[in-house]
Amino acid sequence: MEILINFGYLIAAILFILGIKGMTTPKTAVRGNQMSAVGMLIAVVAALLDYNVVDYTWIIVGVLIGATLGAVLAKKIAMTDMPEMVAALNGVGGGASLLVAAANYLESQQLAEMGKFVPTYDWSIAVILSILIGAVTLTGSLVAVGKLKGKIGDAKNVGLFKAIVKLALLTLIVGAGYFAYVDPLHSDLLIVGMIVLCLILGVCLVMPIGGADMPVVVSLLNSYSGLAGASAGFVLGNNGLIITGSLVGASGIILTSIMCKAMNRSLTNVLFGGSMAASAGVSKSENDAFYDGKVKYSSADEVAMLLDNAQKVVFVPGYGLAVAQAQHATRELANMLEARGVDVKYAIHPVAGRMPGHMNVLLAEAEVPYDQLVEMDTINPEFSQTDVSIVLGANDVVNPAAAKDPQSPIYGMPILNVHNSKTVVVVKRGLSPGFAGIPNELLIRDNSLMVAGDAKKVLQDMIGALKDL
Amino acid sequence: MEMFIMMLTIFVLAVFVGVEIINKVPPTLHTPLMSGTNAISGIVVVGAIISSGGSEHTTVLSTVLGVVAIALATINIVAGFMVTDRMLNMFKKK
Repeated sequence: MEILINFGYLIAAILFILGIKGMTTPKTAVRGNQMSAVGMLIAVVAALLDYNVVDYTWIIVGVLIGATLGAVLAKKIAMTDMPEMVAALNGVGGGASLLVAAANYLESQQLAEMGKFVPTYDWSIAVILSILIGAVTLTGSLVAVGKLKGKIGDAKNVGLFKAIVKLALLTLIVGAGYFAYVDPLHSDLLIVGMIVLCLILGVCLVMPIGGADMPVVVSLLNSYSGLAGASAGFVLGNNGLIITGSLVGASGIILTSIMCKAMNRSLTNVLFGGSMAASAGVSKSENDAFYDGKVKYSSADEVAMLLDNAQKVVFVPGYGLAVAQAQHATRELANMLEARGVDVKYAIHPVAGRMPGHMNVLLAEAEVPYDQLVEMDTINPEFSQTDVSIVLGANDVVNPAAAKDPQSPIYGMPILNVHNSKTVVVVKRGLSPGFAGIPNELLIRDNSLMVAGDAKKVLQDMIGALKDL
Repeated sequence: MEMFIMMLTIFVLAVFVGVEIINKVPPTLHTPLMSGTNAISGIVVVGAIISSGGSEHTTVLSTVLGVVAIALATINIVAGFMVTDRMLNMFKKK
């Protein structure tokens, strides 16, 4: 039976790998996801066959509660809220790993009393690591959700949080040393203390990170949630958990490094550098002086006339598009333009939105074909042949200062070169700075037009105006 | 210790496999990739199930922790796979 169970875990791991492989093209992705789901089913059945499972009552209760909550969540969530959803799920996964480690600790005490278990150093270390990663993922993700929802602002006293993190880590190392080398089985209080400490650590690690860096944090916590699973696998001696956890861990790390590259920042700078807006941002009066009298305002009607004569139009979506829920209006305008023979594309910056791929999902929801969504490196040379670029709620990712002003805090960050198009239309609610806290030079350039207002409303006005032409 | 080295070997190799395949996932699918891996990390339910199975060495507290862990991991699995499916179907439509 033992062999059969482990064989089941192996099959599950293979299905997960093939499932992720399916994600390499949109066509095979749905099947890939289904394969992963089948793999999970096999893993669960294998676990139910374990000789330690003699009573199913509580298992069924837990599964029913979880499945109901999960299904409701998955059905109800709006596509614009996906970053919060993924962040919350990261936290839930971390919490589960934390509890599994704690439960295993209690059971090991019982087993040791029966003379069936002798604690080893690697078991003790795995328990501590599981608690650490699980707890940090749990509270770190909760803070990330709060920041994504805008309920928690950028922290002002970054130094304080850094100090707490250092102190907590030191205490943890001492505690872990005592636990592993002195008395692993009679340290209930120590374990509880370490869990609390790790929960605090998670909060203090994410609090100092600026709202602009949330795509990095969400990816990193995604990785942690996988590593938490893998470390639980080390505690239980379960290879299925180890393989699967490391796959997820690798995925999160890759996404994290892609996000960091797209912002031209190192991971340490994101984690411990504090918010960019707090360190380099301009005051309101400086911001006003920068734009003073230099911004050309336009209207939906004027833009409609421009579009009427255009041959090639590129839409540049950003977080503002998600906030305004303007994806469907964008698609409608694009459809009208295409019907008039205009070449329409969408330029997607890797950190547009609040998580990797956020814009792609929103536009896919509005049924934009995915081959019209063009990555930064491919679209950048095309801007010089573009008649009109329409920037919808994106800011720092189209700021030319990143390319030519070495004093700018975002200098070196790769940007979408919209300023090379014949005309740039920026749809924005006002002149307030973006996440980086700096004014955008794009707006005072000769070929830029600003249309002030909510993206959805402005787009609908443009659609109306275009119909009347 | 031998057991530990075995597990570490598997861990390291699996990380390499992960890096290889995930590097090939296009940016368009990065959000579904994250929610999909979220679902997969619900595999920790396996550990939770074994802890809540009521065998002789469990205590009331360990069973309670196990059941809560099952509920959390199942949220991860069900919500993760369902929402990923929802997103991927939007990409499939032409």
